[in-house]
Amino acid sequence: MGEYHLCEASVRKRGPLPAGTIDISGAHFLECSRPARLPCGSARQTVYLSVANYFLMITVKELSKKYARTIAVDQISFEVAKGQIVGFLGPNGAGKTTTMRMLTCFLPPSAGTATVAGFDVLEQSLEVRKRIGYLPETPPIYPEMETAEYLRFVGKLKGLTGADLQKRVDYVCDRCAVADVRNKLLGKLSKGYRQRVGLAQAIVHNPDVLILDEPTAGLDPKQINETRDLIKSLAGDHTIILSTHILPEVEQTCEQVLIINKGKLVATDSVRNLQARARGAESVLVEVAGRNGGLETAAVQQKLEQVSGVSRVLSKEQNDGRAVFEVESQKGRFVRGDLARAVVESGWDLNELRPASMSLEEIFLQLTGSEAETEQPGAKGEQA
Amino acid sequence: MKNVWIICRKELGSYFVSPVAYILLAMFGLIFGFFFWNALGEFIIEGIQMQMRGQTFPMNVNEWIIRPLLHNVTVIGLFFIPLITMRLFAEEKRTGTIELLVTSPVRDLEIIVGKWLAALVLYACMLFFTALNFAFLFKYGNPDWKPLAVTYLGLLLQAGGLLAIGTFISTTTKNQIVAGAVTFGVCLLLFVFGWVSGYDSALWARVLSYMSVATHFDSFEKGVLDSKDAVFYLTVIFVGLFFTARSLESLRWRS
Repeated sequence: MGEYHLCEASVRKRGPLPAGTIDISGAHFLECSRPARLPCGSARQTVYLSVANYFLMITVKELSKKYARTIAVDQISFEVAKGQIVGFLGPNGAGKTTTMRMLTCFLPPSAGTATVAGFDVLEQSLEVRKRIGYLPETPPIYPEMETAEYLRFVGKLKGLTGADLQKRVDYVCDRCAVADVRNKLLGKLSKGYRQRVGLAQAIVHNPDVLILDEPTAGLDPKQINETRDLIKSLAGDHTIILSTHILPEVEQTCEQVLIINKGKLVATDSVRNLQARARGAESVLVEVAGRNGGLETAAVQQKLEQVSGVSRVLSKEQNDGRAVFEVESQKGRFVRGDLARAVVESGWDLNELRPASMSLEEIFLQLTGSEAETEQPGAKGEQA
Repeated sequence: MKNVWIICRKELGSYFVSPVAYILLAMFGLIFGFFFWNALGEFIIEGIQMQMRGQTFPMNVNEWIIRPLLHNVTVIGLFFIPLITMRLFAEEKRTGTIELLVTSPVRDLEIIVGKWLAALVLYACMLFFTALNFAFLFKYGNPDWKPLAVTYLGLLLQAGGLLAIGTFISTTTKNQIVAGAVTFGVCLLLFVFGWVSGYDSALWARVLSYMSVATHFDSFEKGVLDSKDAVFYLTVIFVGLFFTARSLESLRWRS
């Protein structure tokens, strides 16, 4: 990978690549396991790709989008490797759609850069658009068209012709399970079918990158599962970014998560790491109250620290005679009993003792703040 | 160029799959048919009266029937052009399909020209109805086809300009009714601007009169191909499509 970056950097300096000299979209490089000689600009140079085990399909650097008064997206940076599924998570209005629209060249960024398959979204917009399949929040369908007719139209728009076009249309009809409504008017289809036609439309030209804006919104639970499976099966061939405000969806489909709130990227991590963080080291919240109003916080903290197995005690909050501590313990040590005994034996009241380990949902809430709470009823409903 | 054709085909499909095109064509056919029937009736009565007065010089079919009728077509067009263009972009903006179009590897100008061309083809289909009526004149009379062809060219050029303006207005709103109403207002104003030359010859009056799409039709109506007027219409088309392109671009920057 390191050597690959070397190559990318030296190519960049010479400005945009002349068309046809290098297939920057990935596959070519990936198979290249020996020193390769690549024509680049006017000068030839040798590029070693022996450890180029992955290719960055999307790079976003300090991307911002300002509207008249508000900042929708604020200096976000991230990278997506080829073949990955990335979940874009955030409450409504966090800037997910705006970011996706910038990646699809629908909106130009106010500042920063974004490249897709090595092409800049602003400078080489047409090249980017050739390589992107995009499913907006509402599937962009023409109600007066039939399914197959519509897919043929989109295929032609994306540059497919003749037998190739017919083959791809047949293929995506099968793949997205819309073959049985091939000759039906799109306006008459149910929401689930429309969504799948939208997905079929996005992959009809076999794009390198798929950008899906809330692909499961408004579907019933069975359709949600089918759509998720479909998306998962598309990974590998395609690099996928999907946005959602439903947490389990991310856990089930994505390898990597980007959490965005109020236009800022608040966390990027793999789902596995986030879950590990959620299970985390054993951590306990202890609420202690003094018997007769007063309570020496420092004394309590000292007492708690003396309990064997405790690695750290943090004072979380305190007010009139009550104090809350977060107690972290060493791995594998069960300290709750000892903590309770220590508190009670010192003559204080133990008001509460509960595990403080966070679920992914809590991490999300913590990262995205209070607005996310309003999202929860909806999210719970859809996960049922 | 291929993309223009793809977009144009799709737009024509939308017109002709939905009842829109058929209703527009049927209404236009009906209206023009009535006009034709009227003009023919008057022509016959006038002919009989002339014979009774003892005048024998032949009446010119071009001058008596075709010219006034095709002049009327420009007026009827004022009502139909907004109906043709109002959906072009407004509908795509409302349903969100515009996102598909502008994120496809297609240039903005190709989208615009494709849509405008489809609107022009639909208008040409309406003109076909007038030609059907005139076919009877060719069967039973002996009109001159050359001035007729020039007038048709003028009609297409004038409609092309107004359709380009309508296309532009359609990009500015999500609401088809708003697009249609504004287009009608603008087209009507451009049509009647010429009236000011009747009572004023100040500079502003001459400019306004020059801007009128109706004054530039006089030469075409007479069957005279005047390059000055043709250039005027081509300019209107160009300016209309240019503003459409700018508007579509600003859509990206604003929305």
